[in-house]
Amino acid sequence: MFLDRLLASALCGFARALTGVRALWLGSEPDARPRVYFANHRSHGDFVLIWASLPPPLRRRTRPVAGADYWLTTPLRRFLINRVFRGVCIDRRPGRSGPNPVAQMGEALAAGESLILFPEGTRNMGDGLLPFKSGLHHLAKAHPEAELIPVWIENLGRVMPKGSLIPVPLLCTLSFGPPLTPVEGESRDAFLSRARSALLDLAPPAD
Amino acid sequence: MNASHDLIAVFGGIFGLLAVFSLIGAGLKYRVARGQPHGVIDNLNARIKAWWAMIALIGAAIWIGSWGVIALFAFISFQCLREFISLTHTRLGDHRALLWSFFVFLPAQYWLIATNWYGLFSILIPVYAFLLLPISSSLGADTTRFLERAAKVQWGLMICVYCLSHVPALLTLDIAGYAGRNMLLIVFLILTVQSSDVFQYVWGKLIGKRKVSPAISPSKTVEGLVGGVLTSTAVGAALWWITPFTPLEAGLIALVINVMGFFGGFVLSAIKRDRGVKDWGAMIEGHGGMLDRVDSISFSAPIFFHIVRYGWVA
Repeated sequence: MFLDRLLASALCGFARALTGVRALWLGSEPDARPRVYFANHRSHGDFVLIWASLPPPLRRRTRPVAGADYWLTTPLRRFLINRVFRGVCIDRRPGRSGPNPVAQMGEALAAGESLILFPEGTRNMGDGLLPFKSGLHHLAKAHPEAELIPVWIENLGRVMPKGSLIPVPLLCTLSFGPPLTPVEGESRDAFLSRARSALLDLAPPAD
Repeated sequence: MNASHDLIAVFGGIFGLLAVFSLIGAGLKYRVARGQPHGVIDNLNARIKAWWAMIALIGAAIWIGSWGVIALFAFISFQCLREFISLTHTRLGDHRALLWSFFVFLPAQYWLIATNWYGLFSILIPVYAFLLLPISSSLGADTTRFLERAAKVQWGLMICVYCLSHVPALLTLDIAGYAGRNMLLIVFLILTVQSSDVFQYVWGKLIGKRKVSPAISPSKTVEGLVGGVLTSTAVGAALWWITPFTPLEAGLIALVINVMGFFGGFVLSAIKRDRGVKDWGAMIEGHGGMLDRVDSISFSAPIFFHIVRYGWVA
């Protein structure tokens, strides 16, 4: 338990030193209520960075949602995701037979914890944002009490792109936007595109 | 005259001035702002506080000696390059070129100062990095905006590493009758150029009206520019006794580097404007990023280096 926590703070410290991460709270503040932080996904370090920019008491109650097909394949990854990051591992294959991912995520929210979710469903190697998967919508329906906070992660994809061994020490900025307001009777697609543009609003202008 | 006596005199003077500024800042906070939050006064006090830390850091580096100064400027270059590339568009294919810039060319440039290899120092980045980095990027097999990306990486290395490295390179100059005193040249350069930044800010706040170029910088005024450059030219002339120059020469050189310093801030403001940001970073409270603080030194250091090298090195 002690070692897990020590490792978690060491990783956060390393991520901070490498990226000089700066958190901009634009329309929301750090808060202990159950939240779903949904962010763009470029690098495996993404949720470490979100973690590192939350105050330590919130950090321990905020759990990343991670793909079981990647994180449960080697003993080291299993140890990191289960013990250090306390992730919620979901099976993202279409023909799964195990527990329902939305129910798994919901349990954490019901226990008063927060989640970090990457609704693109996979790491995006291009610019901008991929279309969102529907999990965020199901989660929002099932847990209207949880606040949905968009988080734009700038530059981490350039620090450590897929397949590179050595990181480039660029500066990263995290922009936390205002919570998504619920809209009565909104369709799934309308909700997902609204959530997607709320996240894109936080991105710096494309050049 | 003993170099360390002069250094102690100059740093004593700076710390004395900072103490006076801190008192003025506290007085303004108490009298004008009445202890309430006040944008300009709070920013002024944050700037003065950061100056204490920056001067103390430079003083410590000088006290350690040439290795301390080289290490300090290597760190400043590292931080500036970080800020520059962070705000610059690069793509996946540039990853290896960026690794070369940060982990090979930057340390090599400062290592060449430490080993006094002037020939390679002066061409490492303008020639070798200039040719090798685009080769590395081309191996990324991504042609999208290729020339633009290659140009940006090279430009960042020139401004943040090559130009800034001319400050510690002053230590390698052999000036007749000035042996053991080269550290004072660095003090002269930094003090003159940075005081020009400070006096431009002060004159601008006091009597600034006409903007130099609203399209590039909303805060730079003609009055601030003229007042700041002239005041710190006087500062430079008054510091002739720590240099190998006569008072007139010191004044003229100060004028040249102050004008260059102004344009350093001006050019980098144009880039910030284009990228839609006010500061390069948030490292130094009240000042913005590291590059915001040293942009003027970056533009003036190579010119100062070459003036001294051609005029005073036997």
